[in-house]
Amino acid sequence: MTQHASPDAAPRHRTVAFSGLSLRYPARAARSGLLLLLAIAVTTVAGLLIGDYDITVGETLQAAVARGDDPLAIYFVHDVRAPRVLTALVVGAALGMAGSLFQNITGNPLGSPDIIGFTTGAATGALVQIIVVGASTHAVGIGALVGGFLTAAVVLGLACSSGLDGGRLVLVGIGVGAALGALNSLLIVRASLVTAQTAAQWLAGSLNAVLWPRASLVMIAVAVLTVPALLLSRPLGMLALGDDSCAAVGIPVRRIRLGAVLTGVALVSVATAATGPIAFVALAAPQLARRLAAVPTPGLVGSALMGALLVQVSDLVAQRLFAPTELAVGVVTGAVGGLYLVALLAGEWRRNHA
Amino acid sequence: MPEAELRAATAAPRLTAERLSLGYGARAVVSDLAIAVPTGLMTVIVGPNACGKSTLLRALARLLPPTAGTVQLDGRDLSSYGGKELARELALLPQSPTAPDGMTVADLVARGRYPHQSLLRQWSSRDQEAVDAAMTAADVTALAERPVRELSGGQRQRVWLAMALAQDTDVLLLDEPTTYLDISHQVEVLELARRLRKGGRTVVAVLHELNLAFRYADHLVVMRDGAVVATGDPRTVVTAELVEEVYDLPCRVITDPLSGTPLVLPLAGTGEAR
Repeated sequence: MTQHASPDAAPRHRTVAFSGLSLRYPARAARSGLLLLLAIAVTTVAGLLIGDYDITVGETLQAAVARGDDPLAIYFVHDVRAPRVLTALVVGAALGMAGSLFQNITGNPLGSPDIIGFTTGAATGALVQIIVVGASTHAVGIGALVGGFLTAAVVLGLACSSGLDGGRLVLVGIGVGAALGALNSLLIVRASLVTAQTAAQWLAGSLNAVLWPRASLVMIAVAVLTVPALLLSRPLGMLALGDDSCAAVGIPVRRIRLGAVLTGVALVSVATAATGPIAFVALAAPQLARRLAAVPTPGLVGSALMGALLVQVSDLVAQRLFAPTELAVGVVTGAVGGLYLVALLAGEWRRNHA
Repeated sequence: MPEAELRAATAAPRLTAERLSLGYGARAVVSDLAIAVPTGLMTVIVGPNACGKSTLLRALARLLPPTAGTVQLDGRDLSSYGGKELARELALLPQSPTAPDGMTVADLVARGRYPHQSLLRQWSSRDQEAVDAAMTAADVTALAERPVRELSGGQRQRVWLAMALAQDTDVLLLDEPTTYLDISHQVEVLELARRLRKGGRTVVAVLHELNLAFRYADHLVVMRDGAVVATGDPRTVVTAELVEEVYDLPCRVITDPLSGTPLVLPLAGTGEAR
């Protein structure tokens, strides 16, 4: 295995080569990735450790793998906290990846699934299941998937009469999202008090009461979807150069965009199906990761790590801020993300009017 | 240019189009056009605005599928090439390309290596050599760490050319590479194109500035209303009648005292009666 910084043309990039295979990455992106991993490790241990049942770090780590002789510790750490922490990380990573895919497709930091209506559409699907059908948790998940894909089909159909234009996709998506948001409110208003409460709780986006069956399902789904996302990430990073430049180096632009839209919608729908809509993570994670790594377009891995960290930290805050009352994690990300959106819009406006 | 003529005489044209019709939606831009790009020469396509010259170039690069007819490279229809396969034979500098904020020159040029790479082979010493050579040829090595957006128009165009060069192709298509540049930067880009041709590449460029086109073209293609009206060495092809017919511009054509190529002098504004 050799490792060297390429000397002349691109000292900002590093290459790792091994028997004909090679991987090239921006040096600072790798450092920021390690930093994020470290932060994730710390917050993960914190997530397992912190709670009303006090135990030491050693006992916690033992209990996390269902070892040790304190059955209560095993119950709280392995059965309750571990699936919650893992779901937070995986859902966060899925939202981060979806955001990165969409922001590369649209070439716009606002082109994220929570802004362009896909998350709202997934929520509509779930609400229909909860309120109209009165269904179980699994059926709610399926409703979210169907809702997400239907919304994507509608938005794409309206935005792409002649090729996929990023700006148009964002505007049409905002419009469709607003209409679906109104529909969601209508559904809740028309529901009985009890179902309305269930629906509102689900809408806040929460990791409360996530246990192993759901956690495993989300992990498998996101792991599967990560494969196409990774395959798409290299050509997607080139889209910022414009369609002609991409086509000139042999990128099938339309197919790449379509594949990325499908993968992104699937990721965001799976995440929403698992926990309800966790606001603003898909919007903020890719841009935060991009800035941390000082790269021109949001990368997939950095966005995934940043998304995982954001949701995990937000969930810690949601659990402990008003303990023993637990907030929904979506409330925390919504509050912080709202501020981020204001800063982003102000920054975009300044750039365009400079 | 005897060596160039020799090369053209010995090498068959690799890039050809026959019975080619092009259009956007229902609007036909080019119909029933034939062209053979001489290998190893610099071909320049000129013609008035909206004559279809950029459309033709886009079709030669497979950015625009023909509505009828074929474009062939080495006797094979372009549509039969894989994406990366064609990009290893033929590079295109698009019209006014843009780089994202914060992308450095070195990063942009390195992306020209895309068709030579895969997910598992992202960078080889061959890639590094090609990028170094491209940056040297385009004289942008000193700019390597600068963000592309902060460069002047002329520098930026050379950087984009370097990206196309890093693709390491025999054929290079340039879509209006000198538009929006001042005269010294126009000459700079055309000199670079000529050096590339001398290095053995086949260059096809769409240009607006006629006198520079005539000076740098080995082979001239004159278009009007989606059809080719004249082809050949500019010194034999260009006449006042041709320019007037194509551009509706009364003019006189004299021989450029410096290069021996044609020089178009419009009559308008001189008081010369016709």
